[in-house]
Amino acid sequence: MLPKFWRKIRFRYGLIGSYCENCGNYYYPPRNLCPRCRRKGKVKEVQFSGYGRVLSWSVVHDAVENFWISKPYVVALIELDEGARIIAPLDCNPREIEEGMRVRAVFRKFGEDGEEGIIHYGTKFVPIG
Amino acid sequence: MVGIVSYGTYIPRYRIVVDEIARIWGEDAEVVKRGLGVEQKSVPGLDEDTATIAVECAREALRRAKIDPKKIGAVFVGSESHPYVVKPTGTVVAEALGVGNEYFCADLEFACKAGTAGIQICYAMVKAGMIDYGVAIGADTSQSRPGDALEFTASAGGACFIIGRNCIAEIEGTFSFTSDTPDFWRREGQPYPSHGGRFTGQPAYFRHIFMATKGLLEKLGLKPSDFNYVVFHQPNAKFPMRVAKMLGFGKEQVRTGLVVPYIGNTYSGSSLIGLASVLDVAKPGERILVTSYGSGAGSDSFSFVVTDKIEEFERNPTVLDKIRECEFIDYGTYVKFMRKIRR
Amino acid sequence: MRVAVIGVGCSKFGELWEMGFRDIMISAGVEALEDANLEGKEIEAIYVGNMSAGRYVGQEHIASLIADYSGLADLHIPCVRVEAGDASGGVALRQAYMAVASGMHDVVIAAGAEKVTDVPNAVEILSSCADVEWEVFNGANLPALYAMIARMHMRRYGTKEEDLAMVSVKNHKNATLNPKAMFRREIDLETALNSPYVAEPLRLFDCSPICDGASVVILASEDVARKYTDTPIYIEACTQASDYLALQSRRDITTMDSVVQASRKAYKIAGIDPKDVDVVEVHDSFTIAEIIAYEDLGFVEKGRGAELVREGVTMLDGEIPVNPSGGLKAFGHAVGATGIRQAVEIVLQLRGDAGKRQVDAEMGLSLNVGGTGGTAVVTVFSR
Ligand SMILES: [Zn+2]
Repeated sequence: MLPKFWRKIRFRYGLIGSYCENCGNYYYPPRNLCPRCRRKGKVKEVQFSGYGRVLSWSVVHDAVENFWISKPYVVALIELDEGARIIAPLDCNPREIEEGMRVRAVFRKFGEDGEEGIIHYGTKFVPIG
Repeated sequence: MVGIVSYGTYIPRYRIVVDEIARIWGEDAEVVKRGLGVEQKSVPGLDEDTATIAVECAREALRRAKIDPKKIGAVFVGSESHPYVVKPTGTVVAEALGVGNEYFCADLEFACKAGTAGIQICYAMVKAGMIDYGVAIGADTSQSRPGDALEFTASAGGACFIIGRNCIAEIEGTFSFTSDTPDFWRREGQPYPSHGGRFTGQPAYFRHIFMATKGLLEKLGLKPSDFNYVVFHQPNAKFPMRVAKMLGFGKEQVRTGLVVPYIGNTYSGSSLIGLASVLDVAKPGERILVTSYGSGAGSDSFSFVVTDKIEEFERNPTVLDKIRECEFIDYGTYVKFMRKIRR
Repeated sequence: MRVAVIGVGCSKFGELWEMGFRDIMISAGVEALEDANLEGKEIEAIYVGNMSAGRYVGQEHIASLIADYSGLADLHIPCVRVEAGDASGGVALRQAYMAVASGMHDVVIAAGAEKVTDVPNAVEILSSCADVEWEVFNGANLPALYAMIARMHMRRYGTKEEDLAMVSVKNHKNATLNPKAMFRREIDLETALNSPYVAEPLRLFDCSPICDGASVVILASEDVARKYTDTPIYIEACTQASDYLALQSRRDITTMDSVVQASRKAYKIAGIDPKDVDVVEVHDSFTIAEIIAYEDLGFVEKGRGAELVREGVTMLDGEIPVNPSGGLKAFGHAVGATGIRQAVEIVLQLRGDAGKRQVDAEMGLSLNVGGTGGTAVVTVFSR
C-alpha cells in the first residue's frame, strides 16, 4: 500500500483536484475524465483555496482503525468554495458544528502504517474564527 | 539587502497548566511557577507533529509573502522531534507548500537552535545567489520524561521564516558560538531526552548565548542600547532575563519577545516564535537582536533591522492571537495526546 | 423469454461458527434443489454474488469452488462470481435472469454467499464498499456515511431519531416470525433510542449486523418451469443502475439516484405503478436507508418516508409490508448473499409459503443496494 499512498500525496497534502475548462465544474478528488463532458471535457489540475462550508456531518464513535485514538471524531461533507464537495475530518468540538459553518483546510496527520510504517498526512478542516 | 521576506507561526491550541502537572507529581505548583516563570504550555493534538506544525507555519508565511511557491529554492526544517529518524520532514513540508521538485533540502538538528541554523543557511544561499527564496523552519513537539522538571515546560510550536531580498527585516549580521558541551541529549532509540540538571545553566546556556551575542555586537560595532528588542532562547522565563542582564539589556527590551510563560518552551520554535511576536509589533527602522541556544552546544546571534516594507505586510493573526486561542486539558488527556501511554 | 423462479433456499443467517464458506453455500444450494425438485444435472449455469471471499476467507476463484462443492464439477457448466459490494447478490440475480431471458440457458442458479466471521475486521472490509481512498481514508466508514445522509434528511425533511428507531423495532418484530433470522427478539423504542451512538445520529440499533449466510434461487424459462413446479413465481423486471461511488460526488445525498432510476425502469418494464406492489424487501443496511428507499421507490414523495413507518403503512399488517423477513437489520446482512436472500423472501411470500409472517400479496419487489447507493438492483416478482 506504500505506492498507493505515495501516488496521491500531492492531492491529499495540497488539496489539488480537477477543473473542467469545458463546463466549468470542479472535482475533488481529481478525475481524469469530466463526468459531464466526457470526451469533450478539458480537465486541468486545480489547487483549491481550502475554504468551504459544512453540509452534513457525523460524530463517529465506531472508528475507522487509523482514527481510533481520536474517537469520537467528526467527519463532514464539505462544499468547497469552488463548488466541489469533499468528505473530510473536521477538527472541532462536535457541539459547535452548525449546518453551513465556514471551515478551512489544515495539514494534519491521518495515521500510520503501524509503529514501523510510514506516516500518512493529509487535509483536515477546522472552523474559521 | 537580504533578510526576512515573510514569517508565520503555529501554536497547537491545547494547553496544560503547571498546576495540573504539579498536582500529579506532588510538586508545589507555586514554587515551580515562581522558579520557571511559566504558567502553562502548549500541547500538540493527536494528529499534530513537527511536520504538520512546520507546514502550518510555512503556509502562513507563504500566504503573507504572496510569492509563488515555485520560487522557493530551499527548505530547511530544524527540529529535535522530526517524525522520522530517517526520512526528511523537509520533503513533506515542500510537497505541502507546492514548491515543486527543484529545491535544496535537508533536515537540521541542533537541539533548540536548528531553526536559526536554517536561517543562516538560507541567508548564505541567497547572498551567494544560489536561490531567490529559502524557507527556514524551527518546529518541535518536544518530549519530556513524566515527572521530570522538563515536563513543566517542554511544549510544541513552530515558526517559519522566508529568507530573500526585498525583505521586511534585513539581516544586518549573524554570529555563532559553538562548543562540544553535553548538557542535554537524547540517544538513538530513547523516547525521552536526558539532561545535566544545573550543568545546563552556566557552562551551557549562559556561556554560549553570552559569547555569541557579545561576538555579534563586537562584529557589528553595536551596543545593547542600539536595539529596540532582544530575544533569547527561552527554556523558561528566568534564563533569558538573566542573560539579558549579564549582557546589559533591560527588561523592557526582552518583554515583547518573551512568550514562554504562556506556551512553554517550544524548543526549535522558541527564539523564533519570540522573534515573530516582536515582528508583529515592530516599526520600520527598529533593530532586533536574536540569540538562540541549542544544547550540545551552540548559539546563533542575529541583528535584524526592520524595513519600511513591514508597514504593508499582513501580520494577523499575531502570535498573541494564537497564544490567546486555547483549550485547556487535564494531565490524563495530555499523556494520551503525547502518546506517553502505550496500548 | 419470461423467467420464473422454481426453487429457493436459504441458510440460517448469523454467526455460523461451525460452518465454513463451503458448508454455508451448500446448505442453501441443497435446499433450493430440493425445493425445485431438481436432481442437479438440469443446471446449466451458476451466478454467485460474493463481495469479498478474498478478504473474508482468503479464497478467490470461488466460482469453481462452488461448482466443485455443489457436486457439479463433472457437468463442467459455467460458474460466474459477481461482485458489486453488498449488491453482489442482486447483480448475480440479474445476470442469471438475463441468461434465461435471452434464451441462452433454460435452468440457472443465482446464488449469494458470504462468510464474514472468520476475520476480526469484518466491518472494515464491508466499508470497502465505500470509496476507500477518499471516504474511508478520511475517517468515513459506512455508518459515518449513512449518518451524514441521515442528518441531512433529518434537517431538510424533519425525520427524527424516533422514526429511525421505529424501522428497527418493526424489522425486529418481523424477524421473530422468521426461523432463519439472526435476531429473533422484539425490541422496544426505548431500547433502540437508548442504544449507543455508532455514528451520530445513527445508533447501534440503526445498523444492520454483518453476518454469515447464503441464499439460492433457481431460475428457469417459463416453458421449462412448468415441468418442475405448479407455483412458479415470475420475474417481471430486474433492473440495475449505478451512481458515483463516493457520497461526495452525488447530486443530493438524501436521494439514491440509482434506486430512482432502477425502480422507474422496472415499473415501466413490468407495466406497473409503485402502488401495485404488495410486499417489499428493501436494503435497510441502516434504518435511514429504508426510509429513503420508501421515497426513492416512489411509495411516498421525497421527504415523507418517515410517515410510512410512523403510520404503520410498512408494518406486516400495513398497506405495503416492507421487510417482512426482518430485513437486513434483524434477519442479518450476509453482504453478498443479501440480494438473493431478499428474492427468496419475496418468492416465499408470493407462493404463500412465508409461514407466520405471510402477507397477502400478488406482486412483490426487492431492492438491493451496494455501499451508499453506487449500485442498485430492483426486481419485480409476480405470482
Ligand atoms: Zn466538463
